Amino acid sequence: MMSLRETMRSGREARHSKPWPRRVIDQTGWLRAIREISKGQGDLLSLWSDGAEVHMAILDHESSEIGLVSIECPDGRFPSVSHLHPPAMRLERALQDIYGIAAKGLPDRRPWLDHGRWGVRRPGGNSEASEHFGDAYEFLPAEGAPLHQIPVGPVHAGIIEPGHFRFSANGELVVRLEERLGYVHKGIEQLMVGAPLDRAARLAGRVSGDSTVAYSLAFAQAVESALGVEVPQRAIWLRALMAELERLANHFGDIGAICNDASFSLMHAHCGIMRERLLRAANVCFGHRLMMDKIVPGGVAVDLTGEGYIALLALLRHANKLVPNFVRLYGDTTSLQDRTVGAGILRAELARQYACGGFIGRASGRAFDARRLPGYAPYSDLPFELGASTEGDVDARVWVRFDEIRASLPLIEQILDRLPDGEIRTEIPRPNETREGAALVEGFRGDIFVWVRLDATGAIDRCYLRDPSWFQWPLLEAAIEGNIVADFPLCNKSFNCSYSGQDL
Amino acid sequence: MRKFLFQGLLRGPLTERAQAPDETLLAELGGSLAQASRRRLGRSLSIRQVDAGSCNGCELEIHALNNAFYDLERFGLRFVASPRHADVLLVTGPVTKNMREALERTYAATPDPKWVVAVGDCAFDGGVFADSYACAGAVSKVVPVDLHIRGCPPDPEALLKGLLALVSA
Repeated sequence: MMSLRETMRSGREARHSKPWPRRVIDQTGWLRAIREISKGQGDLLSLWSDGAEVHMAILDHESSEIGLVSIECPDGRFPSVSHLHPPAMRLERALQDIYGIAAKGLPDRRPWLDHGRWGVRRPGGNSEASEHFGDAYEFLPAEGAPLHQIPVGPVHAGIIEPGHFRFSANGELVVRLEERLGYVHKGIEQLMVGAPLDRAARLAGRVSGDSTVAYSLAFAQAVESALGVEVPQRAIWLRALMAELERLANHFGDIGAICNDASFSLMHAHCGIMRERLLRAANVCFGHRLMMDKIVPGGVAVDLTGEGYIALLALLRHANKLVPNFVRLYGDTTSLQDRTVGAGILRAELARQYACGGFIGRASGRAFDARRLPGYAPYSDLPFELGASTEGDVDARVWVRFDEIRASLPLIEQILDRLPDGEIRTEIPRPNETREGAALVEGFRGDIFVWVRLDATGAIDRCYLRDPSWFQWPLLEAAIEGNIVADFPLCNKSFNCSYSGQDL
Repeated sequence: MRKFLFQGLLRGPLTERAQAPDETLLAELGGSLAQASRRRLGRSLSIRQVDAGSCNGCELEIHALNNAFYDLERFGLRFVASPRHADVLLVTGPVTKNMREALERTYAATPDPKWVVAVGDCAFDGGVFADSYACAGAVSKVVPVDLHIRGCPPDPEALLKGLLALVSA
């Protein structure tokens, strides 16, 4: 029996795929790979298509190696991954919607992103015009006399993104939650096709606005890998600086919002102030509060000036003083703990099976961080603590986020201390042949996977961006089971999955 | 917690002085705000935010309006949970086709008199997502828009100026 690693190395090598090889394997190899993943030998990192082939990115546990495997599907069909490995389910439903490529044996054949409103079917494949009045959608049943349904959304009661939640409840207890997403599907994958590099970078930075830095970084790394571009050292360190600032800003904002959902507005107010100070410092440093479009293929768009440096030092001083207070405030407020401890428990097996990234995975015992594995510069030179818990409840997710705040602050200090001098951007060469590249980058929410194929002119032929939320949204459905309906906002906020990122 | 609260008493407020409403935005508003409705509503306006396809960047900055630095509520502007309670719809995004009907229905559920403020470059003309098979484009293609606040995303200051223009027009 071939191991997962051997399977990932079988077949024919596709040319110019960096940093991880991509191999085109046959149906037997594909099925073997799925079986090994479903047995826990590896993580499914992503599943996507270019219209002709279906690709999988796999992390092999034994060797800690990442590999890409592809299967040709000339008749528009390939063996379903999700029939053995459910985490691929929504990805396969999306493939069906966008490319018309059918996964043979897919257990759930309902459309996912296609709500029947685009006026076109299969926009990425052999498309055809269609009605745009919306398809009926059948939710999964939950049967029994006392059950009732609560439909929520797509427009929610707050300043949040749209999505639909269908609760089946027994009194106050949630028996089943089913999510229906795709409302903010913007067709980014197809907009990418043929886009010049600068436009593509802007699109990548707008997949999920709260992770704009991480997306820009992942996209830039994928392009640079494909073209073999060496990025100046100073740019690499500035990128990490932006990434850590973004991580902090989101953690502060979300911890405040979680506490607010448990009616503890004091924390919300203080976290909101901290977040605002941070965004203002980012604006002084890089000229944009969210640092959008500041990481570009080849380097960074703006250099850190003396003024920015001083703003960051002031921010660090302030944060280092206040964070211990926040930790104490959260830890000592029993009425708050009463809501968060034991609510929305995500079991460790599920986190592992779904290769659930970020603080959600780490709060349920999955110690994965793309900054460590596969790892990228400058983090190999920068020691940092990884937050961890095995409790898996709302409380654990808050604590892991506090851990990450306490890790990011010294990271920023180190970066400022050791920031190398020199250029911040290098030329992007014209490839003159087709090239492929990929990257896995740790955003605040988890690992973002980007795959790109450039044509001979250096424009985008295909680009796929997989948000961490693909493997987190389904777990929210599991975590909420048995909780009361009134705790859903709290549990949902503690996950804080991206709608825009998964709808793409 | 007691110490934390006590410290709050001793520190000065962080809330910043309001910006003057933006002149160009005031001009854009023009006649859309009839005097009669101004008198009926007073200065207090309830805002319902609708994400019609944004990347969530605009939402982050709209959220910031509630923090202590901007403190939107002191101007009589507050966010409400239902369109039925709202005077103003704050719409973001390049109106995805999957959200089009939801936006139309939210607009229909908002009682008259009402105003629509389109926030962000996507809401203005579809932004980077214009021309996608999945997007309808500008908010004004779907519901009548009274005011545009540009930016990607507009920062809280720009949002505040725009909203103040709305209440002082």
